Amino acid sequence: MDYVLAALVGLFIALGIYLLLSRSVIRMLIGMTVFGNGVNLLIFTAGRVTREIAPIIPPGLDVPAGPIANPLPQALILTAIVIGFSMFSFLLVLAFRAYQTLDADNTDNMRLAEPERAPQPPLSY
Amino acid sequence: MDASLPQAMIDTPTLIAEWVIVLPVVLALLGAAGLLMVRRINKAPLIGAILVLAAIIACEIMLLLDVLAHGPVSMTMGRWLPPFGISLTVDLFGAAFALAAALATLFILIYAEIDRAEDDGKDAFHAMVLLLLAGVTGTFLTGDLFNLYVWFEVTLIASFGLIVQGGRPAQLDAAVKYGFLNFLATTLFLLSLGLLYGLLGTLNMADIMRVAAVANPAAMAGVAALLLLAFGIKAAAFPLNAWLPASYHTPPAAISALFAGLLTKVGAYALLRTLVAILPASRDMLEPVLAIIAVATLLIAPLGAIAETNLRRAIGFIVVGGIGAIMVGLAIPSQTGVAGSGFYILHAILAMSALYMVAGLVEKRTGATDTRQMGGLYAASAPLSILFIVLVLASAGVPPFLGFWPKLLLLQASIAQSVTAQTQDWIGIALTLALLVNAVLTLIAGTRLWAHVFWRSGPEGAGSEHVRPELVPFDRRGRLGLGTTAVLTATIVLLGLWPAPLLDAMQAGAGDIINPERYVAATGLAEDSP
Repeated sequence: MDYVLAALVGLFIALGIYLLLSRSVIRMLIGMTVFGNGVNLLIFTAGRVTREIAPIIPPGLDVPAGPIANPLPQALILTAIVIGFSMFSFLLVLAFRAYQTLDADNTDNMRLAEPERAPQPPLSY
Repeated sequence: MDASLPQAMIDTPTLIAEWVIVLPVVLALLGAAGLLMVRRINKAPLIGAILVLAAIIACEIMLLLDVLAHGPVSMTMGRWLPPFGISLTVDLFGAAFALAAALATLFILIYAEIDRAEDDGKDAFHAMVLLLLAGVTGTFLTGDLFNLYVWFEVTLIASFGLIVQGGRPAQLDAAVKYGFLNFLATTLFLLSLGLLYGLLGTLNMADIMRVAAVANPAAMAGVAALLLLAFGIKAAAFPLNAWLPASYHTPPAAISALFAGLLTKVGAYALLRTLVAILPASRDMLEPVLAIIAVATLLIAPLGAIAETNLRRAIGFIVVGGIGAIMVGLAIPSQTGVAGSGFYILHAILAMSALYMVAGLVEKRTGATDTRQMGGLYAASAPLSILFIVLVLASAGVPPFLGFWPKLLLLQASIAQSVTAQTQDWIGIALTLALLVNAVLTLIAGTRLWAHVFWRSGPEGAGSEHVRPELVPFDRRGRLGLGTTAVLTATIVLLGLWPAPLLDAMQAGAGDIINPERYVAATGLAEDSP
């Protein structure tokens, strides 16, 4: 199980980085999401994968009866998912506004902040 | 209860005095929420934000005095003790940087009035500034790596909101680059957190300091390299700095100043905290990489500033050069080196903000963003020219201005390194030379800007062929902005003339970074070692 998940994490992150390297903003957005989900899966895998044993201590005991699923990675992932989703929605709106305003989906054509043919600096001094 | 288990929960209520650790963040968050409600009432957001900031600064001064007197302090949220619960742990560096950040924010908030119309309440600018400050302060005060990630995201979403404020096309363009690269950096940080949790089973900083020594060193070096990559993007260290000069010049000048003062310094502080304090063994393996990054950043950034004609983009490169100086202390973590880095962060929070504030005033006065269209300001606005040259000298590290002292510490550390080290003595020599060359290049870049903007009688060739354009006189708001910048610059000059208390405090803070016993003891994790 761990090995399958580990391979999946690798696939997700590789795919995410591949998409991020493209110049199209929409592909970069999808890449960001895939990358983020790969990371979430990595936290899940790193936190001891156990099947179907809830982290509940039976009455009368101080410690769990046997090995239990680790609840902490799930709390971490939950936080990361919420944050990642909010960032994704912001970037999506931003990409749409940029597409409307700049008429560009390709980052190579977004050159307002950094003009392509920047003038020569003054050569005096 | 089983006697062999350590105590896991707090039985006694938290002392009122300990709330001072979390209060700056709480005040900023509550203040932001409150300002959103009153944003349409004339002047209420500004006055409210100043009051909230005054309260935050008061809390942070109390916190700093407490840390100076008693060493690092810690407060645990909820009732679970660390390493289970989330604790806020503050040492001298965290407290000092948080205070400097709040001070810079206060100045920038007043300065921001130069760009704001009388009934401009609907954009919630003040609320977002407070949210940004909440994220930055949380980063400086937290004692838990996952908590650090959350504060990074709070900072990020607030800065997204600020960078598109106004919505000019160039800002949208810059926000795309800024947004993607910074979001990528935080996701990479989360990735290294996942690996760290898998390796150590804990994310509490003090707890990691205790257990990191027994983990697989190769795996830990990988995690440290990922952290370096993630925070390197955040801090805009050399090969990862492209987003900073591409984005910082597009929003209004006040927002540029806020970003330059706060955001990259948060990345640099996180590098210092994670690599030097938490994972020193992994840092040793990365030492040549850190030295190369430091040298490259120190040399290449001011060259970029020399090649720029856009005033605020050129200053963006000077900001990147400052990050190179901070990286020197990471590459040689002697007490002097780390103290120099910490002092430089403190200096950069104030000086880089002030530099962008002056640039904003120059743009207001000349109505241009390009240095080729500026000129002749010296005769018309002498105070502005003095502020600019003082800040340029401070950034380059010319005595007696504030930037000189951290550079002196860093030079001392790198010379000591080149004298004492046997096998890797090239690091010390290279860093020494890079620091000196950086000072000269920054001076050249800064004085060139000064000459073009102030000294020359008008735009390029104005005396010969072009008609000299009229300078825009300052109105009441412009004079307020000039006064605010002057007060901030005066603070920098005074601190530079009387640096002894800061030097002592930074040496003590560096001691806590390098020998984290007191930090671990503050969280209550010292007694049960693994």
